[in-house]
Formats: sequence, structure tokens, C-alpha cells
Amino acid sequence: MKKVVRGFYSVAYSVKLCRPNVICAYPITPQTEIVENLAAMYANGELGEAEYITAESEFGAASMLVGASAAGARVFTATCSQGLILMSEVLFNAAGMRLPIVLVNTNRALSAPLSIWNDHQDSMAMRDAGIMQVYVENNQEAHDMIPQAYKVAENKKVLLPFMVCMDGYKLTHAYEPVDLLEQEMVDSFLPPYEPAAYMTTKKPLAFGCYAPPHIYMEFRVAMQQAMERAKDVMLDVFKEWAEVSGRDWGGHITVDFPDSKIFVVAMGSVVGLLRKVVEELRNEGLSVGLIKIRTFRPFPVEELREALKDAEKVIVLDRSVSFGYEGPVSIELKSAIYGYSSAEIYSFAVGLGGRDMPKDFLAKIIRDVAEGKERPGFAFKGYQEFEEVIP
Amino acid sequence: MKIKLNLGAISEPLQSEKLKTGDWGTHYPVVDKEKCNGCKTCEQYCPDLCIEVKEVGEEKYAVVDYNYCKGCGICASVCPFEAIKMELKDIFKV
Repeated sequence: MKKVVRGFYSVAYSVKLCRPNVICAYPITPQTEIVENLAAMYANGELGEAEYITAESEFGAASMLVGASAAGARVFTATCSQGLILMSEVLFNAAGMRLPIVLVNTNRALSAPLSIWNDHQDSMAMRDAGIMQVYVENNQEAHDMIPQAYKVAENKKVLLPFMVCMDGYKLTHAYEPVDLLEQEMVDSFLPPYEPAAYMTTKKPLAFGCYAPPHIYMEFRVAMQQAMERAKDVMLDVFKEWAEVSGRDWGGHITVDFPDSKIFVVAMGSVVGLLRKVVEELRNEGLSVGLIKIRTFRPFPVEELREALKDAEKVIVLDRSVSFGYEGPVSIELKSAIYGYSSAEIYSFAVGLGGRDMPKDFLAKIIRDVAEGKERPGFAFKGYQEFEEVIP
Repeated sequence: MKIKLNLGAISEPLQSEKLKTGDWGTHYPVVDKEKCNGCKTCEQYCPDLCIEVKEVGEEKYAVVDYNYCKGCGICASVCPFEAIKMELKDIFKV
């Protein structure tokens, strides 16, 4: 049933349909209304047997979820920014313990300076945790991604946490028509969670035990192998979703106009606007295509190699920076296509801390690259000239 | 042979009793029974109660518990008769 709802509700409603056993969260802008909606559903008795636990911090929330997940519960949390990095100690553990926790990160900039607005710096800080990361373009994709996230994470070949990344404000606060899923359909798509191992009071277990040097490395190799298997599992799940829901969001990446000479690569909500920009530039006669990276972890290495093998110029729009180098998406992309493509790579960090990225701004970047006005390498775009002064 | 690896490093209780910490070390002590006269110096100095002088028939010499010895080398260092030598484990040999 199509309804005009906010991004928050599209996530909360989808979580409800997945029949979680334990939801535990701490409010943080711009995630708050996701968990407020879930708390309201809980208070109204709409969450069945689920427990909703109000945590005293994100660290507490993540810790409780680790316990609940180890006890065999299907769990959910949402957070972002400072909350996500406060969770990070626990989430690295959750990945190592191979707990299929599903969380939504409403992408927000990191302090300092304090910013509640949108960029991707927070989830990028979790890049190496062993958590799957998918970036969604709109609220329908966010809504659809939750059942898929559980199905991938809980697959016995995978068993790793899954983070759905949706842009804070740009998606969370936006009202969009969303085709809300039916309980029956989600039930048939997502079977009840059957944990690989779980503890009870009668059968106590310890998770993530001490591993001395002679054995630690093997566990990390196992995590990498699980991530690699996740790539295939995701494709199966994405495909099944397209069949049962009628909405095909594509694989690990989507490519618009694959025969183009220039490609723009981006993740998240900006992709929607870029699609329009690319279309207009093509009408002007520019050979430009668009690549949307959906799964950032596991990284779509082969897919990008294939898509960019004949590209002449690649423009990567990053929403975060690895200070001292460049944007993480650009770093990963270069590493992935090294030796497979001779394209020049133009890496731009844009829209940090909610800085607006209007259509004309994005079009100018692409046009400048096409006309040879930019040099390959890294640059920030869309900031004011400044001089640092001591106050 | 493939080793068994528990998913997520999950363990049942009381596994620590089975945990032979002797594989932590890089070196292991070897007692030369000829040189050892059973003085018990090593026994007193071992920080992990892993070396004990035992009487075997007529002989008396130090015996190492390799299940828990971590290869610190103190026994070899304090032995007045240079009867204990530290050897590098095979897996660390380049």
C-alpha cells in the first residue's frame, strides 16, 4: 500500500514487519524518530513478543544487542555519528562474534566541530569492522533493505552484522511515497531467525573468546571469507527481493549508460539527483554515465572493474575524507580497478556536514572534468576560501 | 590436517582447563639429564610451576610440563650446571 511517510517511518515499519525479538537504542539526531516510532509501536502492543529496551548510551544499546543476539534473538538498533563511533568498540566485537545484528545508520557528520547534518564520515569510520554496509538512495530502498539485511546477515554462510546506511535528513526527514510492505509477504520472504549457536541459562556459552597468536589470525581469515561469501548471498537475496516485491534495486552496483566515456560514481541519496544531472548532460551531448555503489562492504571490486574497463574519466564524489589522503570511496575504487582500467580518476569530496550540493554544482563538476578544466587527483568542491586565525 | 575453528570464537564453559598454554611461547627448555643433579633451583624460580625435579629409579632430574611452560627461559638462566637449554620451536624457524 503506497503511503506518504517520512524516512523514519519507512524504516520503523519495515523493522516491525521483520518481527524482531529485541530492539535496543539510544536516541540521536537524525535517527531519533526511527526508534520513537518503534517505541510507540511497542507501547501500542504492535511488536508482538518483542522487547524494546531504552539504553543509557549507544555503547549500552550495542552491548545489550550483542547479549540478545548471542541468546538467539533477532535484534535491531539505529544510530549515527557520535552514537555509531561510541558503539564501535562493541560492533567490532559483534562482527568477530559473528552476530547478525541489523542496524540502520542515518549518516551524519562527525564532531568536531559539532554537526548534526549529513555526510558519510561516520559509517566510513566503521569500514574495517567486518560489518556489511549498504547505502540506499531513497526511502523506498531503505524500507525494502531491512528484510533483505536480515536475510543476508542471518544466512549461515555469512553471519556478520549488517548496516543499512541512509542519509540523515535528506532521507530520514523527507516525506516520500513509500509502498509499504505487507506482513504476509515479509513473512514468506524472511523466515524466523534460526541462530547457528545461542546461549541459554541451561547451556551457557562464551562468545568471542580469547585467541592467542597461534589461533587469532584464523578467526580473522574466517571473517574475510564470510564477507566474500556475503557478496554472492547478497546477489541471491537482491534477486529474490526483485522477484517477490517487483522492485529491482540492482546488484552491488547499478550502472546507468554503461557505454559512456565519463562515469560519475557516488553512494546514497545524491545518486537520485545525479541521475537527473547525468540525463541533462547527455542531452547536451556529453558521454557521461552514472555508477551507484550500493554495497560498500563487501566492496564490489569485480563489478567496478567490469563497468569501468573502457572508461576514460571517472569522477568519484565522496561524502567523507580520510584526512591525509582523499575520499574513502575513491581510494577503494582506485585500488579495485588498478591494472584493469586506464581511466583518469577525479576524486572530489563534496557535501561535508550537510553542505548543499545543488544540481548546477554537480553539473559544473562533471562539465569541468569533461572539458579538461580539472586535473586528476583529489580536491574539495563547494567550500569557501579561508584563512585560519588564532582567536 | 585442518584445525577446527568455532564460529565467532564461541566456547563452552570450563574450556580453560583444557587450554594448554604451553603453545604461547616461542622457545622451550630442554633438560640435559646428564648435567642435571636435581638441585631444584629451577623448580623454585619457575614462575608457572612448570618444572619439577623427579626421581626416576636411581636418577633425579628436572622434568618440564610442556603443557603450560611459556618458554620464559628463567630455568635455563638460573641453572648452576647449565643443564637447561632453550630451543626455538620448529614453527618459528625461518
